[in-house]
Amino acid sequence: MNIVRYQRYPQTDLAAVLDRITSMQAEMDRVYNSTIGSSFRSPASLSRWNPAVDVYQDKDQFVVVAELPGLKKEEIEILLQDATLTIAGERKHEGSREQGFFTERFYGKYQRSLTLPTPVDPGKVKASYRDGLLQVVLPKAEEAKPKQIEVALK
Amino acid sequence: MAPTEDNRPVAFVTPLVDIETTDDGYVIRAEMPGVEKGGLEITVDNGEMTILGRRKPTEFTAELIYREIELHDFRRVYELDPSIDVTKVGAKIDDGILTVTLPKAETVKPRKISVQ
Repeated sequence: MNIVRYQRYPQTDLAAVLDRITSMQAEMDRVYNSTIGSSFRSPASLSRWNPAVDVYQDKDQFVVVAELPGLKKEEIEILLQDATLTIAGERKHEGSREQGFFTERFYGKYQRSLTLPTPVDPGKVKASYRDGLLQVVLPKAEEAKPKQIEVALK
Repeated sequence: MAPTEDNRPVAFVTPLVDIETTDDGYVIRAEMPGVEKGGLEITVDNGEMTILGRRKPTEFTAELIYREIELHDFRRVYELDPSIDVTKVGAKIDDGILTVTLPKAETVKPRKISVQ
């Protein structure tokens, strides 16, 4: 699986950032016992809003949960290409900014892409948004599901 | 299928907020994803307001294979400006955003005084 590590607070030391990305790659390889191989996403995304995601798996499906509080439906876009899921959009300001406005929240464009380790069935993907959490359920493609094989012993 | 982990949060994080100032008072918008009305506790004590939100526990039976979301509950304390009318504080939560309205007391607002 190919994910850029989540950074809540932007790092300004590029060397430290690259160290973390390299060790994250090694960590991911270990988790999946596979060589991930393809290129990293660019570190440019580390200085912007990077919503946090969790990924769950069982034998039939993946579930991806993303923290996206306070968005309207038109501010969330979900794309699936092969096994790569992209969650993107833009958060617009609400409320009046005429007088004092203190802000810590992130605004503007966001994007998270993740490549899942097994193929999924695009026709059966379902997404729901509740309490600021986006939940995407991606059923695995039939041929990718683990199958029990009967071994006859003679 | 693996049973759910015990996902109970163990500590608090400060939610990110926006604070908007208007003639009538203040509006605080705090990000509390995963929190719904039942998980909110807002108290005002002696000029101090505490906003606390507890996340609804996750109900997946699937196995967590990648985690970034921190499972802390949210808590932030504010010292309220004395001009705020604490009896009129309002709060609501939608899509993980807690909106708290803090109106200024009527007597504090600028008033025109007519000259006889």
